[in-house]
Amino acid sequence: MALETKNIAKTQLQAEVASLKAVGYRFVTLSCVDLGDSFDLIYHFDRELQMTHLRITVLKGDTVPSISNIYFAALCIENEIKDFFGISFDGLILDFGGHFYLEEEVKRYPFCKVSVKEPQAAKEGN
Amino acid sequence: MSTIIPFGPQHPVLPEPLHLKITLKDEIVTDAIPMLGYVHRGLETLVSIKDLDQMVQVVERVCGICSCIHAHTYCMCVEGILGIEIPKRAEFLRIIWSELHRMHSHLLWLGLLADAFGMESLFMHCWRIRERVMDVMEATAGNRVIISINKVGGVRRDLSPDQLRWIAQVLDELERELDAIKPVLTNDYTVKKRTVGVGVLTKEQAYELGAVGPTLRGSGVAQDVRMTGYGAYKFIDFEPVVEKDGDSYARTMVRFRELYQAIDIVRQLIRKLPDGELSVKVKAAKPEGEIVCRSEQPRGELLYYVKGNGSKFLERVRIRTPTFANVPPLLAMLPGIEMADVPVVALSIDPCISCTER
Amino acid sequence: MFDMTRTIIANFFSKAHTRLYPLQTREPFPNVRGNLFNNIEECILCGMCQKRCPSQCITVDKESQTWQVDPYACVYCGVCVEHCPVHCLFMESPYRKPAAEKVMNRLVQVQGPAKKTKGAAQ
Repeated sequence: MALETKNIAKTQLQAEVASLKAVGYRFVTLSCVDLGDSFDLIYHFDRELQMTHLRITVLKGDTVPSISNIYFAALCIENEIKDFFGISFDGLILDFGGHFYLEEEVKRYPFCKVSVKEPQAAKEGN
Repeated sequence: MSTIIPFGPQHPVLPEPLHLKITLKDEIVTDAIPMLGYVHRGLETLVSIKDLDQMVQVVERVCGICSCIHAHTYCMCVEGILGIEIPKRAEFLRIIWSELHRMHSHLLWLGLLADAFGMESLFMHCWRIRERVMDVMEATAGNRVIISINKVGGVRRDLSPDQLRWIAQVLDELERELDAIKPVLTNDYTVKKRTVGVGVLTKEQAYELGAVGPTLRGSGVAQDVRMTGYGAYKFIDFEPVVEKDGDSYARTMVRFRELYQAIDIVRQLIRKLPDGELSVKVKAAKPEGEIVCRSEQPRGELLYYVKGNGSKFLERVRIRTPTFANVPPLLAMLPGIEMADVPVVALSIDPCISCTER
Repeated sequence: MFDMTRTIIANFFSKAHTRLYPLQTREPFPNVRGNLFNNIEECILCGMCQKRCPSQCITVDKESQTWQVDPYACVYCGVCVEHCPVHCLFMESPYRKPAAEKVMNRLVQVQGPAKKTKGAAQ
């Protein structure tokens, strides 16, 4: 049983999510997977117990448009991903600045794979 | 003039470190901001050092109270990727223990709520009833809370006919004892005064803010992931418990009525329990692919996203716990209520912070 | 208004639901995962339990012939018992007593299993 996702581009995200909301979908959550040099962001939506998934792939260091202006519920998870993976979301309603869970002194993104050492070292400098 | 008050992380009524930054105008809450991160353990990253089978024990520790359902959902995911069909008896047994978990979670929560509005005797009674469920779990599964009966491919323990008869007997007693506290919860002045009309979440708000579980059903949306018929739920008849008012009282009643529902489901499961094997052998599993599985926890919908990369270690396990989804609705409930009601409203979503932060 | 009264009155005339713990203890249920033991003389020191343990509480040392469990790190899941090839590990019902000091459960094998020599001869 494979996961059926609709692959979309980063620029289409806002419009796609808004159209899902218009037909009565509920935002479930957002999953982030580290692919090495890029991230997979999978948006999960639900309507009457049927799920729909959207997937966008972003390069490390890219920003992603926030959907928290469409679904307020997305704010927690977007802040969480910002903490753990270092993805910046444009237009977050309530931005904790990467310290939603983590303390000020934490300088690394803990959920990024340990195997990619160079990008992580580069991020530490940021 | 507005004042900012930190609510939590240490608060007499909260068993867990929930921290809200509350803006007050006189006695009325105008705004609330959640501050998390007190019990973040990074359990999701443990996939890189714990193999497939050991992860079962890790996900059980995401949350103590719904540990059985966490392990069940994780096993469903891995079995889904591997394409394993587990024996029917194992599916039934998993659900029996899951429903027992739901009972003890709701009873614990009812006790905590009673404690929050200062009704110590109801608190003691709820926990006394809960102890019966704990005994069942200890005697059948071997542990009290984190019962560790799920494994990839089936269950690890069986229920003998004697034990099933005993469970049925305990359920009867449980029902009688619940009947005894029912008038207190439904009619008592103290309970109603603190919960009716407090922390109202409308149907539209609840749906849009992504509320799950009793918080959503308390607002009149009949949504229960068990209706999708995962595991053995497809063989069981039940209706989701729905209340219309959307206040703390409605959420309390949803949970109280779900106790009776859980008793009924376990009775049905015991009646319909098929014979057969307990597990299938899973040899050197190397899952590859992605899957999303959902299940209904006592607190609401749980979502697991699992990605395997063809080795015995999984690539990613992502856990979206129910309380995480219920935080935005909580923020919508708080504005407009009095500071003194904040603990009761915060408890009414049944917050589990160790779940939320993982 | 007096919904609780009946229950409260009933409580006055019924037996206590609690026990005076250290003086009065309850019989543990059978098959409870209370404490982990090893029948060390039958152990083949294969290290399977150490490998399968989710909390890394078991240490097997072939050289000094020891098997050690940290009872404070053990999560009492019973996975090692299921994976033991010679079934020398077992869980016992009575829970561990409270202790003032942390003591590791360290077992030294003196003789070793008789089977092992048989297997070597074959």
